Parts: sequence; C-alpha cells; structure tokens
Amino acid sequence: MAHGISVIALLLMLGASTIARAQEPELPVSEVAPGIFVHIGVTALMTRENEGAIANVGFIVGDSAVAVIDTGGSVREGRQLLAAVRKHTDKPIRYVINTHAHPDHSFGNAAFVDPGASFVGHKNLPRALTMRGQFYLDGFRRTMGDALIDEVRLVSPTVLVEDTLKLDLGGRSLTLKAWPPAHSDNDLTVFDERTKTLFAGDLVFLTHIPVVDGSLKGWLDALDELAAIPAERVVPGHGAVSKWPAALADERRYLNALAADVRALIASGKPITVAAETAAASERSRWQLFDDYNARNATAAFSEMEWE
Amino acid sequence: MLRHRIRLLCFASLASVALAASVAPAAAADAYDPWPGLVQDIFNNRPMNDGSDVIGIEMPARAEDAAIVPVTLRTKLSPGDNRRIKTITLVIDQNPAPMAAKFTLGPDANVTEISTRVRVNNYTDVHAVAELSDGKLYVTKVYVKASGGCSAPAVKDAEEAKNRLGQMRYRQFARPEQGPASNIREAQIMIGHPNNSGLQMDQVTHLYIPAFFINEVQLWQDDSPVLAMEGGISISEDPNIRFTYVSNGAKHFRAEAKDTDGHVFQHEWNADASGT
Repeated sequence: MAHGISVIALLLMLGASTIARAQEPELPVSEVAPGIFVHIGVTALMTRENEGAIANVGFIVGDSAVAVIDTGGSVREGRQLLAAVRKHTDKPIRYVINTHAHPDHSFGNAAFVDPGASFVGHKNLPRALTMRGQFYLDGFRRTMGDALIDEVRLVSPTVLVEDTLKLDLGGRSLTLKAWPPAHSDNDLTVFDERTKTLFAGDLVFLTHIPVVDGSLKGWLDALDELAAIPAERVVPGHGAVSKWPAALADERRYLNALAADVRALIASGKPITVAAETAAASERSRWQLFDDYNARNATAAFSEMEWE
Repeated sequence: MLRHRIRLLCFASLASVALAASVAPAAAADAYDPWPGLVQDIFNNRPMNDGSDVIGIEMPARAEDAAIVPVTLRTKLSPGDNRRIKTITLVIDQNPAPMAAKFTLGPDANVTEISTRVRVNNYTDVHAVAELSDGKLYVTKVYVKASGGCSAPAVKDAEEAKNRLGQMRYRQFARPEQGPASNIREAQIMIGHPNNSGLQMDQVTHLYIPAFFINEVQLWQDDSPVLAMEGGISISEDPNIRFTYVSNGAKHFRAEAKDTDGHVFQHEWNADASGT
C-alpha cells in the first residue's frame, strides 16, 4: 500500500512539473490603452522567489500581428507572458523587442523563439549580450538558482535598429528609436502612434532608483529629447504607467543631483570611494532599492565624469 | 524491497533539493580555494609570511559595480623599520586572470599608498603580497562579494572607451594636512583604454574576442622611478592609479604606458601642475 502511494506521489510530482512546463499560468496584465497590455514588475532584485519578474513587460496588438516588448527575467516569466498574449489574442507574434540587454528584460527571450517571430534590438545589443551574457548567467545562478537559469538562452536580435525604425502590426505603426549611451549603451524605445503610448525601457524609472550602466552625461542629455516625444503616457522600465512627460521629473532630479555631487567631489580632489558613500545622499528617502544601486551609480558616474 | 528503493529515491531527491537550496549561494566558488595554486603559479611557491603589519588592503565588502571596484593598498611599516617594500602584487583569486597587478615601488620615492580600480567577477578573496628588501614575501587578504543586479565587468560605453584610447591625464592633489613646505605628494594618472578582457565569445562567429589591455605603466619624477605597474585584464577600463610619493624636487613628471597591441603612450607634465 505504502508502495502504491509512493509511486503515485512520484508520478504526480513528475506530471505536475511537465504540465507546468507546457502551460504556465498567465502573467497578470492590464490594458493601459486600447490594445496595449502591461505587466508591472515588483520593485525588487531578481530572486528565485520572484522568478526575475521585476521589470515591466508588455505587448501591443495590431490588426494583423502582435509585438512583445521585453520578455522578463526568466524563461518561466516569458512563458507566462506568452500565456497572457494568448489569452487576449490569437494573432501571431511577429516581433519580440528588447529595450536593452539587462537580464530582467531579456532572460525570457527563449519563450518566444519561433520561425514567425523576429527579435528586434538596438544595433549595440548583440555586442552587449556577447560582452555580458555569460557573466549574467553565472551571477544570477547564485540568486535565482539552477532551475530558472538552466533554461535561459541568450537570444540576439536579427533586426537591428541603427537610428529609427517603423514596424507595422497591421493598421498600427510602432516607431522604434535607438538612443546614444544613457541607461545602457543599447537603449531602445517603442512609441505607439495610435494611443500615444511610449515604452521607454529603462530610460525611465519611477519608484525604483535609476541605474546608471551606460553614461550619466548621455542620460542627462537624452532627457529633453525624451520629454519632447508626443506621448500621453509612458510605460517605464520600472514603476507605474504614468503621464508623460511629467513621469520624468523624479528621475531628472536624481540624475542631476548625482551629477552635481560627483562633479563637486572630483573638483575637490576626493577619491572615488567618497563618492560611493556620499553622492546623491539627499535622494535616499525618495527611492526604493537606493542602497542596492546608489553607490554603484556614484562609482560609475565618478569614473565617467573624471574625464570631463 | 521495491518500496524501500522508491522511498530512498524520494528521500535522496528531497535531500538533494534541500542541499541545493541551502548551499546554492556562492557554493561553487567557495568550495575550491585557488590560493595554494596561485602561490605556486605566481610566486613560485615561495613561503608566505603574515603581512598584516606590512600591507593593508581596503576594498568595499561588496563590489557595487563589477567593472569598477576601488582598491587601496597602504603600507604599514613603521618609519623606524629599515626594511623597504619593493613590490606589491594584487591577486583577485576567483577572477579569470587572478593576477591583477604588480606594482614596483621606486627605491627613492617612498610610495606609501596606491589606489586603483579592478574588476571583480565573483565572490573572492583578494590578496596583496608585498616583497620586502629582506627578500621575504608578506601576504594579507580581504574578502569581496561580487555585485548583484545588472552590472558586469565589461565596458559601459564601448564607443567612448575607444575614443579615449591613449589619452592620459595627470593630477596633483593638495594635501591640506601637510604644510606647504612638505615634500609629500599625492598624484593620479589616468590612461584612456578599454582594457578588454578577451574572455567573451562572439555570439555570431563563436570566436573569442582578442584581449586588448594595458600591460605596463611606468612613472618617473625627472629620471627617478616613482612607481611601475604590470597590469592585467582585472584592471578596470581607463586604468587609474592614485598614489602618494615624496618629491625629490623634480620639475617634470613622466608616464609611459604600453598595451598588448604594442601601442606606447607617453606624456610629460610640469610636476606640480595638473594637466592632460
């Protein structure tokens, strides 16, 4: 009898994992404008528990096709996003757009590999994946575990955006723009003309402290051009869907404070370690994950601004 | 019997899950200590003496940005000690190329502090090994955790890094605690260079991108050597060395850097002025 129960338990375990693989639950999404669906990530670091689902991901449904914008921080999240697409439309996914190389936006790519889908990214995205991909896989294995990381594949884009590119989803035109180095050196934005919705990727952060992994000066330079985009709302890389361009205010204030503090420290001959401890301290209470990223932002900013 | 085996199987798989869960963080890196092998490879198995009174390493406990981790080496020999530090070798045990740098201190420059920036790929011990004029090696170490999040030990802005290739900057810092007549100086040399590691595989060609880095830096006041560095790929992009030394009254400060492609970058400045 005990024998039979053990076997059934084993079979149930096996069966459950097979089913989970084939059919993930849907990622909760909301329709923020007609045909625009967004999942808001939790404001946290990527962990085994949150399955890497910390960035905003979404999709846009046209008359004949769908574009997915970012795929999440694990293949599991990617499959859940795919299930959400399938719940809302049976139109084919023609484009999978990565706003940049960071793992919370691209680790889910493998869930969308399909002969009918083209992967789209900034012209620098393949290089970034080459230079950083293995390090990301090794690093996140530590915090997310083997089960989630084993199935991650780095999928490079085959459609590269040099400056701007228009994609047609059938009666629905998306304008993609490749930016000079700012948050990273491979930032791409997606603008939906029909609803005036901007998917800004990590060029826009709300609530989650901005992360500088490209060029602080470049990012500050990009803010005015970003603000001029005639959008009504923004889907930021992290934080709530918000009115545009008012959503830029917090980020602008933080980046300016960081730049001003770092420049003053350099001018007075302070070493880089002091920047890590003190720069942008006035911003601490205004952001989540401040202590996880501010010292790193200050370090990166210092080594950039030293060359001014 | 069968029942027994299935139970064992269940138990074994549960146990391995539990084990994996409890030791997963950093387990792979911690299980194997590369240091004894590094002592053999880098230091020819010479005996290591306790260096806690000779040399100190200052690094953040967590590498905030994997590509730019500040490190300061500070000599601790008392002024009355008649031994002198000849070289300091910085080793980042778990990096792909553990020997980050070997600094040779000018015999007359009295360098007491060296700061630079390194890449840290993993949770790792970092060792500093000082060779003293008594011919012995003295070692000290710290432990550094790798960064979390999306930082990587790669260049942030690859185009800008290329644009800066070979640019050099020199800066003198005021040392307010020293009187104006003091001959103790604090200076910094910056060298624009991507310092590529060459360990990344091109996704398209599946060939490794060749390494391209600064492997030698030499600094002089007039013709007297102040500090030299043999560098590797663990040194951050745009190598940056900040250090103290004693001025011999020299009028000029001179730097020469070489990279793995055979470029030689040279520059000379007025010793007491900062400049590019």
